[in-house]
Amino acid sequence: MDRQTSSFADFLAAYSPDLLPGRTPGPAAGPVADSPALRDLPHATTIVAAVSHHGVVLAGDRRATAGSMIAKRDVEKVFRSDEFSAVGYAGTGSVGIEFVRLFQVELEHYEKMEGRPLSLEGKANRLAWMIRGNLAAAMQGLIVVPLFVGYDEDLGQGRIFSYDVAGGPYEEQRFHSIGSGSVFARGALKKLYVDDMPVREAVLACVQALYDAADDDSATGGPDLTRRIFPVIATVTADGFRKLSEAESEQYAQQVVQERMSQPDGPPAPLHVAS
Amino acid sequence: MPFGYVSPAQAMRDKAEYARQGIARGRSCVTLEYEGGILLMAPNPSSALHKISEIYDRIAFAAVGRYNEYENLRKAGITYADITGYQFDRHDVTARGIANYYAQNLGTIFTESLKPFEVEIVVAEVGTRPEDDQIYRITFDGSVTDEPGFVAFGGQADQVSAALKERYSEGMSLTEAFGVALAALGASGNGERNEMAATQLEVAILDRTRDHRTFRRIRAARLEELISESRSAGAKTQPTDTPTAPPTDSGPATGPDSGSTDRGGGVGGGADGPIL
Repeated sequence: MDRQTSSFADFLAAYSPDLLPGRTPGPAAGPVADSPALRDLPHATTIVAAVSHHGVVLAGDRRATAGSMIAKRDVEKVFRSDEFSAVGYAGTGSVGIEFVRLFQVELEHYEKMEGRPLSLEGKANRLAWMIRGNLAAAMQGLIVVPLFVGYDEDLGQGRIFSYDVAGGPYEEQRFHSIGSGSVFARGALKKLYVDDMPVREAVLACVQALYDAADDDSATGGPDLTRRIFPVIATVTADGFRKLSEAESEQYAQQVVQERMSQPDGPPAPLHVAS
Repeated sequence: MPFGYVSPAQAMRDKAEYARQGIARGRSCVTLEYEGGILLMAPNPSSALHKISEIYDRIAFAAVGRYNEYENLRKAGITYADITGYQFDRHDVTARGIANYYAQNLGTIFTESLKPFEVEIVVAEVGTRPEDDQIYRITFDGSVTDEPGFVAFGGQADQVSAALKERYSEGMSLTEAFGVALAALGASGNGERNEMAATQLEVAILDRTRDHRTFRRIRAARLEELISESRSAGAKTQPTDTPTAPPTDSGPATGPDSGSTDRGGGVGGGADGPIL
């Protein structure tokens, strides 16, 4: 009897494998990551995530770089993956877009076929398998790494999963960040994050972290006040996925920028742990 | 002529007869347009084995007949829709494409296999405007019909269809459409009307106003609410069991009355046209 699958990606692999991202025969084998053609592909940069009270926040800056150039100022790299999860990516833009599209269809396809959504772990595992499939392309320079967040309806809390080029998932506690500015963003979040933050404060912490990343990493874009381009911010709570409107994300960004006018390095963390 | 010869015409008639008998054992299902989208309703005591399902963003599937056969078709339809949307764009998945896909498959199965599928399928797509709504009906032999406004299919399709035709009008609210569908399904018996409880019904809508995925199941509390709303509206206007009664003065505007619709002209002498 034919094995019936509820996975869209599995079906695609059998029916038309060339439609899967990262599975097409690339350039000649061997690392070619230093090729100018690859170097100059637009790359997406920093994504941050933080667990909040009964939810999770995912935010990304808007810059894409091509080598030392800015390729795009208003790129979006934070997406709804289904009603209770969101995904962002860092790395090669074109490959990332394909992965997000495939992942969205994968989750919806399973839900329609089976009449129920995948568990949050199930979703995280599927994404790991997909990223693993891109390993050969990643070795040749087409690297993409996602950050996956979701609201676990059984546990009633937000969760964060990170990946590397060989897959994953690695569950992260409290907060996480990926991409070129992630070192600075994570440092900022470490000082700003408080357990069980309300959603609004977790959003503000993420925007502060993105500001700090943009401050020190040339590939991360800060709030663009003249063109009115602000971070893409998504929240996933018991009410489901919500992408903040342009106006809302502008409010958060403006608040951070105003505060930095007097304190360019942002809010200082207390030197001692309050006892 | 060799002994045991069966002419192709006879073989086809036998297969069709077999499929029709299988389908006739089941109950009917209705699909109709209303102002805010498309309503699908089927008598179904199971809350897990669905007759009505989501296919894509704006497309729904309803089936009657043999469960294992239409379940296969449902899954094939979802896969067809998802792969088309993935290869091209989400806007490129249409009910017409899926209806044709089903028609080809059912046609092939009907002619080539010994046993035809005992199923009847409806594929409905909600448009951004009511005039863009589409309902297709595909039968066991692969014939497709475009059904404007409403369709009843399955076991007692003729009676249910007649009851629908009598009551249907364009631009009904959800409550009105729900009442129409409920009354039509209740008319499927031989003369006597059977009242259906929420637990015996499977109801879903394609909601025109929603973004992205428009398919929603109507269950539990909301379903009870719609049943009682439509019953109370029905009780007000139908003191006896006559299908034609003066129009209700409650509820939102019902759009054009029966006189201005392009079908259902044969409302048997009712002074004020179909209601509910």
